[in-house]
Amino acid sequence: MSWETVIGLEIHVQLSTKSKLFSGGSTEFGAEANTHVDLIDMGLPGVLPVANKEAFYKAIRFGLATGAKINQTSSFDRKNYFYPDLPKGYQITQMTKPIVEKGSIKIYLDGSEKVINITRAHLEEDAGKSIHDLFDGETGVDLNRAGTPLLEIVSEPEISNAKEAVAYFKAIRQLVTFLDICDGNMAEGSMRCDVNVSIKKNDSSELGTRAELKNINSFKFIEKAINFEIDRQTKLLENGESVVQETRLYDSEKNETRSMRSKEEANDYRYFPCPDLLPVVISDKELIEIKENLPELPEEKEKRYVEDIGLDKSEAVIISSSKAMANMFEEASAKTNDAKLVAKWLVGDVSALLNKDNIEIDESKLSAENFGKLIERITDNTISGKIAKSVLEDIWENGSDVDKVIETKGLVQIQDESILEDIAQKVIQSNPDQVSAYLNGKDKLFGFFVGQVMKETQGKANPKSVNDILRRLLK
Amino acid sequence: MTIKYKSVKEFKEMISQKEISNKEIIQEVFNLIDDNKGLNAFITLNEENSIKKAEYFDNNPSELSLAGIPIAQKDLFCTKGLRTTCGSNILNNFVPPYTATVIENLENAGCISVGKTNMDEFAMGSSNETSFFGNVHNPWGENLVPGGSSGGAAAAVAAGIVPAASGTDTGGSIRQPASLCGITGIKPTYGRISRWGMIAFASSLDQAGPMARTAEDCAILLNEMCSHDEKDTTSLDETVPNFQENLNKPLKGKKIGIVKDLDLSNLDNDVVEVFENSLKEFQSLGADLVDISLPNLALSVPTYYVVAPAECSSNLSRFDGVKFGRRSEHTKDLEELYVNTRSEGFGDEVKRRILIGSYVLSAGYYDAYYKKAQQVRRLIKNDFENAFSNVDVIMTPTTRGPAFEIGSKGNDPIQMYLEDLFTISANLAGLPALSLPNGFIDNKPIGLQIIGNFLDESSILNFAHMYQSETNWHMHTPEGIK
Repeated sequence: MSWETVIGLEIHVQLSTKSKLFSGGSTEFGAEANTHVDLIDMGLPGVLPVANKEAFYKAIRFGLATGAKINQTSSFDRKNYFYPDLPKGYQITQMTKPIVEKGSIKIYLDGSEKVINITRAHLEEDAGKSIHDLFDGETGVDLNRAGTPLLEIVSEPEISNAKEAVAYFKAIRQLVTFLDICDGNMAEGSMRCDVNVSIKKNDSSELGTRAELKNINSFKFIEKAINFEIDRQTKLLENGESVVQETRLYDSEKNETRSMRSKEEANDYRYFPCPDLLPVVISDKELIEIKENLPELPEEKEKRYVEDIGLDKSEAVIISSSKAMANMFEEASAKTNDAKLVAKWLVGDVSALLNKDNIEIDESKLSAENFGKLIERITDNTISGKIAKSVLEDIWENGSDVDKVIETKGLVQIQDESILEDIAQKVIQSNPDQVSAYLNGKDKLFGFFVGQVMKETQGKANPKSVNDILRRLLK
Repeated sequence: MTIKYKSVKEFKEMISQKEISNKEIIQEVFNLIDDNKGLNAFITLNEENSIKKAEYFDNNPSELSLAGIPIAQKDLFCTKGLRTTCGSNILNNFVPPYTATVIENLENAGCISVGKTNMDEFAMGSSNETSFFGNVHNPWGENLVPGGSSGGAAAAVAAGIVPAASGTDTGGSIRQPASLCGITGIKPTYGRISRWGMIAFASSLDQAGPMARTAEDCAILLNEMCSHDEKDTTSLDETVPNFQENLNKPLKGKKIGIVKDLDLSNLDNDVVEVFENSLKEFQSLGADLVDISLPNLALSVPTYYVVAPAECSSNLSRFDGVKFGRRSEHTKDLEELYVNTRSEGFGDEVKRRILIGSYVLSAGYYDAYYKKAQQVRRLIKNDFENAFSNVDVIMTPTTRGPAFEIGSKGNDPIQMYLEDLFTISANLAGLPALSLPNGFIDNKPIGLQIIGNFLDESSILNFAHMYQSETNWHMHTPEGIK
């Protein structure tokens, strides 16, 4: 018997609005507990929500970028359940009329392309946080996050394996950061996802019973949790048992999923239209304005890099993979005449340093201005490529200014041909054996002389001049 | 100089003529409250602040329209620093950190909030018997209910303690107690008055309004209470007219809709007689009676008792003992925290409605109950729209009879729900409606309801004021009030 996996993702994207979805409370991360909470966030008796239009604009950007239908009239519903970090006893969400419906996004995996359809993307408020491990025998509640706007992006069950799920999640993350609607910061919980996994027989058209894996917030865990779950469900089915519809929790320490609650225990959320909020209407004018101000998307950037700038496709893919990379490339290029060289360095040496430190480019000390200057110093022959590598390492570690590093370390390239000729003469005179071998046809020794000159000049010699001089003297 | 039974208009006159100081007024109000403690009309008093504000006005005479006027506020409006219980044990200790917009509007106009009035718990009730703080007694008879839920407000005004009070009306909670206590009260169009700071019962039906001795006083208060409020998205962005402007407009040629679908045959003859006498009075003022049809009116009560409990079941979820209000002392774990806090904190009627509401919203029943009720609500609204294409106002009795005895309907929620038979439809349709005294049955006052078209409070105030210019039902005062 062969089995087929069917996966759907619900990704919660925290929208980067200044204030919350229904209040003026700040959405800033990391503040002292319960300090970013106003009357509305607390759910005090008598308070009323007012929808934040900015959240709608951000949701619409996502909708437009995924070719979705934008519901210019969308409404809010209440999802009722009790939990201490849910101040009102209900969450305001868009159940019946979401702002975005029927979009799609392309994912790339092992060189091939697949379209994943997006069922809907709706706005809802986040809950607060329950803190179970801080107080002995008691639970603390921090409502700072309560009311933060979330865009819940629901995919169709069209994802076939863990790797595809990760690629989809990455594509969504790339898109929302390019659109500037979410900071994409997974560690701070700006993106979290629920994964629905089911298994069916290869030839069956009917979906299997699914398990929902709750609240996973890293690429690695998504992959591991799905693979564990596929394995668990396959074993159950192969043993003739059946999968129970339930919500499961992924434990990253033990790398396993555990049952949280079964369908029978599931809440009846008693959804109904929120009587405190009128439907939100987006005018044609607003929609057009959002459309016109939509930023360049990754795919468009990639195309432009190849066609207009002349980058290799592979370079263009890497650079357009994240907004921070693309920004670094575009801003640094603006400071030089050689965008291709910027790309080469970005994809080569800079990426190597990123990998070594395991960070994103916007977490590094490298500024676009400084990086652009570094490339400019190569193109204007102030330093050689080799010296540039050591300068890069320096500014990478310390964030120091390129020109200052070149100056204080005396790294300016020696351009003066008479100085270089003197040094070359000295090298030839002190290596008579190698000279005669070279003159007898051992061409490979040419590099030896170049190396010696470089050594004498601590790498500061202009390589082209050194080459020219040596060829002339060694005739 | 006594302030008892004086209208807002008369208070303004007394204050501007310096016949009495603001401080004397307030002191006398608190004497009256004290003398009539037996009515149980107030839950919390605001004596110290009231006297301070009165002294301020004595030192700084003010042109504000309500400067120095003592007003009692229903204990459902949040008042900063002043306990707000909503008539419930669960909010027994709740002191809000903010003030409701409507109270702010009144206070900005100079009124002095002397205290918070008793009410049915969370405004759920028609007799003020569900209050955690005990029954309110009707000034017209100690054993009589004042109506509800704004029972304390109605009793305080009827007893002449204050000239006016704020109330709220979700299914008749201003009009029914106004009728039973012999005063005038108006529920304006849904959205006229901001709901910010009103503790929600049923959000799509709740609307605040004034309760006073006369229609003219209601107009004066309404002028200040209405406002567009950005904090309430259901508040209407409409210009608020001067409601006093049209009070004296002649009624000649105006049309009064009489609902043919309303079966008055099972009402007491007395009630019908009082109603018909009022209609004759209006005819003599030049208005014409026109038969209208509201075919879905009979569905109002069942519709209301699906929609209102549904919304209440959700609105009251926040009272969970976690953040504010009362928390049970018997809690081993989270489940007990919820169950015991809510079991101890809520009274039977509130629990009953939470149960009904949860049921009609639950999976599998939503379509049959909540969704259906919303559809019927739409039909009722359409009926009114059609009717108002032919008439200026619609008149019905406010209640099925005068005040009943405390305890007489306690075990029969359906009988209690039928108290709102005539008033509920205006809430479902979002229309303005007023009740004013139009007669007595066995020495107990009873009221006439005037329903107006959307945003047309002016017409119903006009009808009411013209009626009160010709009759003196609203001038009667109960005996036995100290």
